[in-house]
Amino acid sequence: MRILTIDTSAVASAAILDFDPSNPVKTAEVVANFVTEDTRSHAEVLAPGVKSLFGDPITEGPALDAIVVGTGPGPFTGLRSGIAMARTLSFTWGVPLYGMMSLDALAHQVFDSPEYRNGVAVAPLAVRDFVIATDARRKEVYWAKYSAGAQLLDGPHVGPADDIFGVQVFGAGAGLYEEVLTANRCSVYEPFAQAQPTALELGRAAARKITAAGSLEAAGLLDSTPLYLRESDAKVPGPRKRALS
Amino acid sequence: MSQENPLILGIESSCDETGVGLVRGTELLTNTVSSSMEEHVRFGGVIPEIASRAHLDAFVPTLQQALSDAGVTLEDVDAIAVTSGPGLAGALMVGVSAAKALALATGKPLYAINHLVAHVGVGLLDESIAAMTQGGQLPENLGALLVSGGHTEILRVRSIASDVELLGATIDDAAGEAFDKVARLLGLNYPGGPAIDKLAREGNAKAIRFPRGLTMPKYMGTAEAPGPHRYDFSFSGLKTAVARCVEGYEARGEEVPFADVAASFQEAVLDVITAKAVLACKEQGITTLLLGGGVAANSRLRELAHQRCLAAGITLLVPKFSLCTDNGAMVAALGAQLVMNGVAPSDLAFAPDSSMPVTSISL
Ligand SMILES: [Zn+2]
Repeated sequence: MRILTIDTSAVASAAILDFDPSNPVKTAEVVANFVTEDTRSHAEVLAPGVKSLFGDPITEGPALDAIVVGTGPGPFTGLRSGIAMARTLSFTWGVPLYGMMSLDALAHQVFDSPEYRNGVAVAPLAVRDFVIATDARRKEVYWAKYSAGAQLLDGPHVGPADDIFGVQVFGAGAGLYEEVLTANRCSVYEPFAQAQPTALELGRAAARKITAAGSLEAAGLLDSTPLYLRESDAKVPGPRKRALS
Repeated sequence: MSQENPLILGIESSCDETGVGLVRGTELLTNTVSSSMEEHVRFGGVIPEIASRAHLDAFVPTLQQALSDAGVTLEDVDAIAVTSGPGLAGALMVGVSAAKALALATGKPLYAINHLVAHVGVGLLDESIAAMTQGGQLPENLGALLVSGGHTEILRVRSIASDVELLGATIDDAAGEAFDKVARLLGLNYPGGPAIDKLAREGNAKAIRFPRGLTMPKYMGTAEAPGPHRYDFSFSGLKTAVARCVEGYEARGEEVPFADVAASFQEAVLDVITAKAVLACKEQGITTLLLGGGVAANSRLRELAHQRCLAAGITLLVPKFSLCTDNGAMVAALGAQLVMNGVAPSDLAFAPDSSMPVTSISL
């Protein structure tokens, strides 16, 4: 099974992965990967990035089994550029489209990472429930709580890092608010303190879900509705302001 | 690709209309628009974030509808055109991302085009205008007056595909924005343009003398030595003047003559717009003026523009209303002109530009 994944919840990224849903032992093969550090120019860089994944998008695109897009949460404008891209590719190529919470990408990455001591792997990185937190700007984080097995327990939420207590916290949100989190008896693991969700990790997470369920349809993936979590800032105007005073 | 009569798919998302249009050369096949206007009513104006969310959800259904109405498939399309500016940054981003996806998925060339110039290009699609002009060409010595909720400009169009110049523009609010704000002062609903147009018909336009922005000699100068804002507009002072006027009546315990205020305000806006447009035409050798933008629906604007153009010997062209408001067909119409003139397509890496100047017809 070959899938294209796109995630623009933080950085602009896209990847193509190949895996066999009937073979849970074999890990997904990364066919092509594009990722940029930039969090502000998704509308420019994403299309050339996606194009670079293909030899010939016109023949290879329609042959994909699915497109999986990260549905956030993430800053709105960037997030939308990935979803607009994914929806339009899905329509044009006639390839089914699924969504996946972007924080799941980091959760599965944490689940896959062993903890090392003196160069020796001593345990899985997350042995208890843990939290993934990313930058929501405006002094807030997007966050969700996962079990040690990377199953979603609670969230996604948006709010101050101060809302999170007594767990290990991973992701760029943890790095940004390390002091607040430490004061709340949370621990922050340095190698994940700048980590952002990417399409590659989203693809690995999707491949694991699809393989565990045995098929794409049974994997319980979401649709492509963006997880904004915040309303627009618009306020219904109050009574008229007076020009004379 | 057919360069004589190309089939172009145009995408528009610069404000609150998600538009997809299909045009073959200068023939309009379909003009499908999905508007989020209803969602902005309670706010009294377009809320960019709400418009952007609506574009994302409307795009694929609007595209599907347009293709089915025109009876064409994506394979039939020769090129894709998309508004890359000017407009609301977040709203532009949705149409641009979708258009890039469409271009990459189909391998068709993509043109990133200027929204304001597209308001002029749409004239080529209008049957009554085509009947007055020569074989699918816009007239020579052409100018355009664009008036909407997002823009107020006077343009000179030497060539729709290669040479457009900005003669004048608003330095603060757009005219349509002024209508929306004053409508709120008068207790009328958004959008303010149609509401004020209707109420003004019952009022006396000469009842109150509101200021005409940027008409003083220090701004106007003379034809030989033009001032800094000879063809420019300003409407924010007018809005304040209306507020003071309404509050003056209230403070004196008098009933506010809403219809007179509406008519006098509308006259102040449209008087200065049409006077400056006609002045620009006379001084710049423009003999045909095309009207565009949503405010072109205003009955008093049409009336004044007709009178003043007639008196000055200028031919006035007004496309039908569905082509004046923001739509995808106008984007496709300009895209077709670019293809027919052999202009190179845009690189997939272009960035939308919320303040794209009219001199930049495509990126
Ligand atoms: Zn417009």
